[in-house]
Amino acid sequence: MLSLYARRRLINNFNLTIALLTMVFGLFWLVWILWTLVAQGFHGLSLAMFTQMTPPPGSNGGLLNAIAGSFVMTMIAALIGTPIGILAGTYLAEFGQRGWLAPITRFVNDILLSAPSIVIGLFVYEVYVASVGHFSGWAGSLALALIVIPVVVRTTENMLRLVPNSLREAAAALGAPQWKVIMLVTLRASTTGILTGILLAVARISGETAPLLFTALNNQFWSSNMNQPMANLPVVIFQFAMSPYEDWQRLAWAGALLITFMVLILNILARIVFRQKTPSH
Amino acid sequence: MNEITNPKIILKDLNFHYGSYHALKSVNLSIPEKKVTAFIGPSGCGKSTLLRTFNRMYELYPKQKATGEIILDGENILDAQQDLNRLRAKVGMVFQKPTPFPMSIFDNITFGVKLYESLSKRDMADRVEWALRKAALWNEVKDKLKQNGTSLSGGQQQRLCIARAIAVKPEVVLLDEPASALDPISTAHIEELIHELKKDYTIIIVTHNMQQAARVSDYTAYMYLGELIEFGNTDMIFTTPKKTATEDYITGKFG
Repeated sequence: MLSLYARRRLINNFNLTIALLTMVFGLFWLVWILWTLVAQGFHGLSLAMFTQMTPPPGSNGGLLNAIAGSFVMTMIAALIGTPIGILAGTYLAEFGQRGWLAPITRFVNDILLSAPSIVIGLFVYEVYVASVGHFSGWAGSLALALIVIPVVVRTTENMLRLVPNSLREAAAALGAPQWKVIMLVTLRASTTGILTGILLAVARISGETAPLLFTALNNQFWSSNMNQPMANLPVVIFQFAMSPYEDWQRLAWAGALLITFMVLILNILARIVFRQKTPSH
Repeated sequence: MNEITNPKIILKDLNFHYGSYHALKSVNLSIPEKKVTAFIGPSGCGKSTLLRTFNRMYELYPKQKATGEIILDGENILDAQQDLNRLRAKVGMVFQKPTPFPMSIFDNITFGVKLYESLSKRDMADRVEWALRKAALWNEVKDKLKQNGTSLSGGQQQRLCIARAIAVKPEVVLLDEPASALDPISTAHIEELIHELKKDYTIIIVTHNMQQAARVSDYTAYMYLGELIEFGNTDMIFTTPKKTATEDYITGKFG
């Protein structure tokens, strides 16, 4: 007779097997993608990639202008998006219990969080690029900032909510006005969490292509003028990979590997930063 | 109840609501100055709720409301004109679980002081030492004031919180089960401290532990289901309570 216990074990093993198989299925594609990327990208890697501009077809070159453009636009986007995101997230977490503004803001932010990035690109194209009449680095940064904001809003709110109310009460019990409680105690208690959110937001935008296609476009040459179209890795990869020239394709693979590697580093960094906080609780 | 000659706080017909739940029902009580008053009673009887009205801590949360009067030094603190931050600087509070701020031990103490006084560096250091000595913590932390407050043990953290509360020189100190999360030795430390502190402060303590109430308090209030059942001299409450409900709770027949 199949005892209750044996039956339970059977079901347990069955479920465990299914779970493992689905995990293997998911990992299989991921590993395949990464493997192709490394295999194809690796022999495109060279020192010239970091020292030379994007070449015309048939001649040697690198990705320096694209790397620099991506770096500058990502940084500016983070600089614009982070303060707005932190302030809005703080509002939602600390003042959002009463009234109607916070629930609406939270709802709209969730929509923005899941909005397709191409929509954001088109939006910036319509309101900025079309009105000034040319693509530019500023427009690119603006589009990326719009992607940063909802991510930072969400993580800031979540991290502040993790701060126990007892800590807020303790600060208020000393006679601290609410803004001091927030500035000196709750924000400070969630610094690492918020920093993690910012790093993840930067990781997210460093690979975005769609919003840049309509805003920064691309530039074959070195550009330090934010009012001009600006080279950036995702769009260069897009163009080079679609081209019929083999040397361009090789650079595209190398660029893709570079971005993936950077995102990986950012994610690892975020984990390290976040872990520093965890043991103390 | 009539034996209180120098009340610090007088409650008149105090009622409290959590939304529609009536948590305190017409409480009338006088709390003597520079004595220890203990609130005892089973869980949910309203003793913590009552304590949190004295510094209007409940104001942090929507839908909590107190009505009636709480007269502190002749002024009704439930008045809408009352400055909450000033009130809380005057009525300090220590919570059940230690709540050190995520900053150094030194900064934990100066946090509250800086809000209402601008002291020179020297005076501030003196104040920190004074507060830590009062809380019987100085000898343990004097060499590591720069360390994070969260690195201390639970009992030390709680004494840090007491030091932080008295550093702002309040007149009333509210203690919400300050020793319930601590081991017996730390508890003994805290109880000794309460004895010390009542020379200068009016102390109100909520406790689940009846022996603790008997040990540390001068006056005891027994509460049940949001009502103040009996209030009086601690010796009287614990030896010859007037109400049978109090006696049943004290002797463990109930609760």
